[in-house]
Amino acid sequence: MINAWTAVVLAFVLWYDAAIALAADRVASFYSEVVPGVFVHEGEVAETSAANRGDIANIGFVVGDDAVAVIDTGGSVTEAQEALAAIRAITDKPIAYAINTHMHPDHLFGNQVFKAAGARIIGHERLAPALAARAESYRASMREQLGPELADAVTITPPDEGVSAERTLDLGNRPLVLKAWDTAHTDNDLTVFDERTRTLFAGDLVFMKHLPVLDGSLLGWLRQTPMLEAIPAERVVPGHGPATAPWPDAIEPQTAYLEALARDVRVAIASGQRLSETAETAAKAEAEAFELSEDYRRRNATAAYAELEWE
Amino acid sequence: MKTLPSGMGRNLAARWGRPSQVALVAAALSFGVTSVSLAASEPSPEEAAAAADSAWTDLKFDLFGDRKLVEGTDVVSLEAPKRAADPAIVPMTIRLDPEKDIRKVTLVIDENPSPVAGTFTLAKGAGVTELSTRVRVNAYTDVHVVAEAADGTLYVTKQFVKAAGGCAAPAAKDPEVAAREMGRMKLRDFGEVEGAADRREAQLQIRHPNNSGLQKDQVTLLYIPAHFITDLDVERGGQPVFSMTGGISISEDPNFRFTYEGDSAEPFHVKAVDTEGKVFEETFPVTAS
Repeated sequence: MINAWTAVVLAFVLWYDAAIALAADRVASFYSEVVPGVFVHEGEVAETSAANRGDIANIGFVVGDDAVAVIDTGGSVTEAQEALAAIRAITDKPIAYAINTHMHPDHLFGNQVFKAAGARIIGHERLAPALAARAESYRASMREQLGPELADAVTITPPDEGVSAERTLDLGNRPLVLKAWDTAHTDNDLTVFDERTRTLFAGDLVFMKHLPVLDGSLLGWLRQTPMLEAIPAERVVPGHGPATAPWPDAIEPQTAYLEALARDVRVAIASGQRLSETAETAAKAEAEAFELSEDYRRRNATAAYAELEWE
Repeated sequence: MKTLPSGMGRNLAARWGRPSQVALVAAALSFGVTSVSLAASEPSPEEAAAAADSAWTDLKFDLFGDRKLVEGTDVVSLEAPKRAADPAIVPMTIRLDPEKDIRKVTLVIDENPSPVAGTFTLAKGAGVTELSTRVRVNAYTDVHVVAEAADGTLYVTKQFVKAAGGCAAPAAKDPEVAAREMGRMKLRDFGEVEGAADRREAQLQIRHPNNSGLQKDQVTLLYIPAHFITDLDVERGGQPVFSMTGGISISEDPNFRFTYEGDSAEPFHVKAVDTEGKVFEETFPVTAS
């Protein structure tokens, strides 16, 4: 017969094993390998909160013969630490690069973790000035959204190198093509193309499920969409939404929304409708086909109006 | 800036004093109180704004001394979003009773670092009875509009706006375009206001960063100097329509939509001066629409 003490110890051992297994599970399942050598972590389609630790964007990494490159570093230090542990459980090759697809906190608040792990941080040549100009307001807004504990752990870490047009990184028999875009989602969008598997990491130049967010130029985004579509990728990793989707079909709903936004705002401006009314109504139906439309559609319409009234 | 009330400087200093006071209190609290209980005791934004009503008491005194402000009339009204879509571009529409001969309008965003967004002087008989602009809003705040009639009576109205971070937000989404186009102006005439044959409506847009100076240069760790339009004069046919002395709370690419009286035969002339002494001046020929 088992005495009480043994039962307690046994219960503890079972609980401890389960906890370890759970943690290991979490590490093992953080990234999934979408195609050989390409791993993606799917962020939640949501606004940043303390509960989700800023884990709302898709982040990934690519493994070459010699080295690893991570693409975006997550929305908090804790998310990045979890990502790093997950990578280390998969490969012990050095993490040579951490690539930032653009300036938004959900994509690069984990930079410091990868920099400490030895990675060189690479972004669009305009990323450093854009981040510098916004550091104060990001610190303030992220304190609100992530909560002080998670936000204060972040040291906003700018890129070590900027890309001005195109640059190829070699991970060892595995070229990654980095392309810097003109102003679109932001003024510092950068895409990463893995030639071997024809996988395109589009950053927030491609939104799926999550309403596209305009923080750059609507006209620039629409103008460059055909160039994006022309990239000979088989699949895309969008900045938000599913881990991967077929390319270029994946971008169609976004383009439909952006075109509707430009159309509605142009009509509103031409007819003398005010900004306040236009913000309420522009591309409302198209926005509602996405999640988080109530959070972003008025802001997008405001930005579009302020841009298009100078046409 | 010269026509801004003398109390502005003091107020500005008082505002800048606040963050350090907050920091001190927070530091003192952090010794004995966990962040959890601190968060729990934090008032809601509405409560905080209500408690901060003293901001307006001080501002009112700085701007108008102990003059009486008439509340609760239809002489002046303010249309503003309850929750701003973008805190850097918050549309405000001020409507004035055409019967009251209002000559001066002061737009005050109580909780902004520089609360007076703009002071508008309206010319006698110019017909400016509706005026819209866009402002930055830095915190949950009351927005006050004070309208002064020709007889010196002051009328006030207010609205609470939920927005945060508009002043610290960087000016331009595309700084290269902003720098290239600074000073460009557009003037649109919308024609007759429906139901008011003697009243027309126009909109003036000026490309200018109207930089609030609250962003820190991350290399020098100094605040980027404010660069904004201080004075604006709008005339029509050689006669003044309105003028504005503006602060840093007016949004990037300042935008003013206003009514005016008379037919559209006379051209508009606009002159704007910024903090660097740059003068932007343009005459807009008549384009009846």
